[in-house]
Amino acid sequence: MEFGLSEEQRMLQESVAGYLSSSCPLERVREAAEAGVTHDSELAVGLAQLGVQGILVPEDLGGVGMGYLEAALVSEALGSVAAPVGFVASAVMAPVALMAAGSDDQREQWLPAIASGETNVGVAVTERIGIREGSGISCRDGRLQGKAMFVLEGPDADVLLVADESGVLYLVQTANLDITKLKTIDRTRGVAEVNFDGADADLLPGSAGNTDALQRVIDAGRVMIGADTLGAAQKMLDDAVAYAKERTQFNRVIGSFQAVKHMCAEMAAELEPCRSMVWYAAHAMTAVPEDARLMACHTKAHLAETAKFVARTATEVHGGMGMTDLLGLHYWFKRIGFNRQIFGTPEIVREEAARIQNWVRGTAADG
Amino acid sequence: MDLAYSEHYESFRAEVREFLKQHGADSPPRYARGRPSEESVLWQQKLIEHGYAARTIPKKYGGYGADPDPLESHIIAEEFSRAGVRMGHSGDNRLVPTVLELGTEDQKEWLIPPSVRGEMTWCQGYSEPGSGSDLASLTTKAELDGDEWVINGQKIWTSGAQYADMMFCLVRTEPDAPKHNGISYLIFSMDTPGIEVRPLVMMTGEAIFNEVFFTDVRVPKDQMIGKRGEGWFVANNTLKHERGGLGDPNEAERRFNEVVEIMQSETLDGARLMDNPVMRDRLLRLQGQMLAMKYNGMRVLSHFIKDEEPGLPRWIVKLQGCELNHQVAGMAIDALGELGVLYEDSPYLRDEGRWQQRYMLDLGLIIGGGTAQIQKNMIGERALGLPKEPRQA
Repeated sequence: MEFGLSEEQRMLQESVAGYLSSSCPLERVREAAEAGVTHDSELAVGLAQLGVQGILVPEDLGGVGMGYLEAALVSEALGSVAAPVGFVASAVMAPVALMAAGSDDQREQWLPAIASGETNVGVAVTERIGIREGSGISCRDGRLQGKAMFVLEGPDADVLLVADESGVLYLVQTANLDITKLKTIDRTRGVAEVNFDGADADLLPGSAGNTDALQRVIDAGRVMIGADTLGAAQKMLDDAVAYAKERTQFNRVIGSFQAVKHMCAEMAAELEPCRSMVWYAAHAMTAVPEDARLMACHTKAHLAETAKFVARTATEVHGGMGMTDLLGLHYWFKRIGFNRQIFGTPEIVREEAARIQNWVRGTAADG
Repeated sequence: MDLAYSEHYESFRAEVREFLKQHGADSPPRYARGRPSEESVLWQQKLIEHGYAARTIPKKYGGYGADPDPLESHIIAEEFSRAGVRMGHSGDNRLVPTVLELGTEDQKEWLIPPSVRGEMTWCQGYSEPGSGSDLASLTTKAELDGDEWVINGQKIWTSGAQYADMMFCLVRTEPDAPKHNGISYLIFSMDTPGIEVRPLVMMTGEAIFNEVFFTDVRVPKDQMIGKRGEGWFVANNTLKHERGGLGDPNEAERRFNEVVEIMQSETLDGARLMDNPVMRDRLLRLQGQMLAMKYNGMRVLSHFIKDEEPGLPRWIVKLQGCELNHQVAGMAIDALGELGVLYEDSPYLRDEGRWQQRYMLDLGLIIGGGTAQIQKNMIGERALGLPKEPRQA
């Protein structure tokens, strides 16, 4: 019985964090944000050399063939520096879809290119979680119609993974597609609106007639977003604690005042259990399949709630400086805010968790 | 991550299950307040024989004599809880380890065997009216007169003092020393002349705690654990052995599951409470918190297995766990609506009025055993490295 990270997992954590701390300081995040860059290609190349984009891709297809827990550790590391680079959609959700439902040809065509960082994949599954603004996608004769909203990593994608109204999955090349980047509070992440207008779609054959592959993609995405949130919230807490040790008022560092100390302690007390939750949710994806979906929902929702509290409290510990662009804390505040809304807000995801447990009458557990 | 148990532990678990299947029905149904009943003592004896109580206490002091193994202890706790069978005890989870580690051979032989059997019961004399969170400021004094200590002063929040045979007690013996260095750890019979116990009735209607007054209480000089002036360190030394304790995540999960049952069986306007989306969301939110604490608990256990100090994941358990239990009880009461205020022997009473009792008791646990505010100071100072409040001279 061991609940924790292995030596190899800790080494992975250190190597990714080490690379990011030198290659993705706040100035880099700021530059990218101001230039409207949501997929910094230099960063992407460096990460690909560490195996980040190929983390889930099998070794014989050019990846490093690691598991969801390793992927979650990477996602956490990216969240902790608010990295302006794609990962959750391209390196996790897309490979999960290809491995669950892709043909051999599709896997061979796309997985090595994803692992090398050469191909970026955006993910259009939001309509399967909730429809807004008349979005929704249908497929007829291999062509897609309709509009997808909040396509994650869509603005920088070469290919999109798309779910239609019945949960069937397709790949669509983005050349000639009508893609509009949507500006959000979080300038470190790319999301797009896509109007398909009869675009050619390449069916992932394993997804026809069932929603298992789609569900797996969404579960994986939710766990990764949860991990990203964990990293971002931990960074905000660490900054708040560091500031509380350094900022002096009334001839004392403010962290010696209980009012401030308790804010920090409450953040730590709320956030620390989230780490175990993310680890277990990622572990369960393959090791405890009966828990996987419930844990993915709870991890998404609980991390969103906890990080909302941390984001607000950590900002407050910094006083007025916390609100400034100069300090830059807002990049993490906004990343946490973005993560909360994407792939289902806490109430929506918790309701799904209730259905999974058959707590809601008159709805199918897989609805 | 490897959540599987090795063969050794799987067969250990099977043994525990088999024992519970055969003997579980003999366990006394509910823990009665007061002195352990005769059947409790018999049950304890059976548990010790099989190694499910006093497991790591050496055989010569009446225990089972196993080597400490946190995973075995965890499995025992888990299986007893699953079977709804009451656990045994190790005597007193503070006194017995303290004596074992720091007592003299005579003290060990005298105190440990009857304590683990449940024939010698203990209460803890630490808090005082003027010394709660700032325990080291305690003023109950003991002065040496010939071969005896003479104790004067008062303790408060003394659980079970009205039933206990013995007290382990912190007293000030060196009034001129700095406050942490002036305290000694004495043990004495509650029958000693000069001790007066006054029960403190709490908001639940029960008296769990007491005030204990000492007037010229004379205690033989050698009834001290550790040396003069080292009582503070003696008392703290045993805290490091404490596992689980307040805010246990397994308890939270059990209670949460009971609330799920209430939500599915109780109705309002003919519909299950579970069918009310607002109530349901509140339940789900608690489930998320409960699960986070559950896996945090597994992480802590994993550190203990490797004999590592878990640090932050452990230090937050009391604060978060007690709050969670309080919230779970509050949820049950709200699910019951008006029925949730019924108490004592009222008709329509649910679960013997347990939820109100828990709601109130759990608030007590948020305060007791180191208040939530003291927990936050500890987390802030020990885990986050924030400076202490400057002390006034």
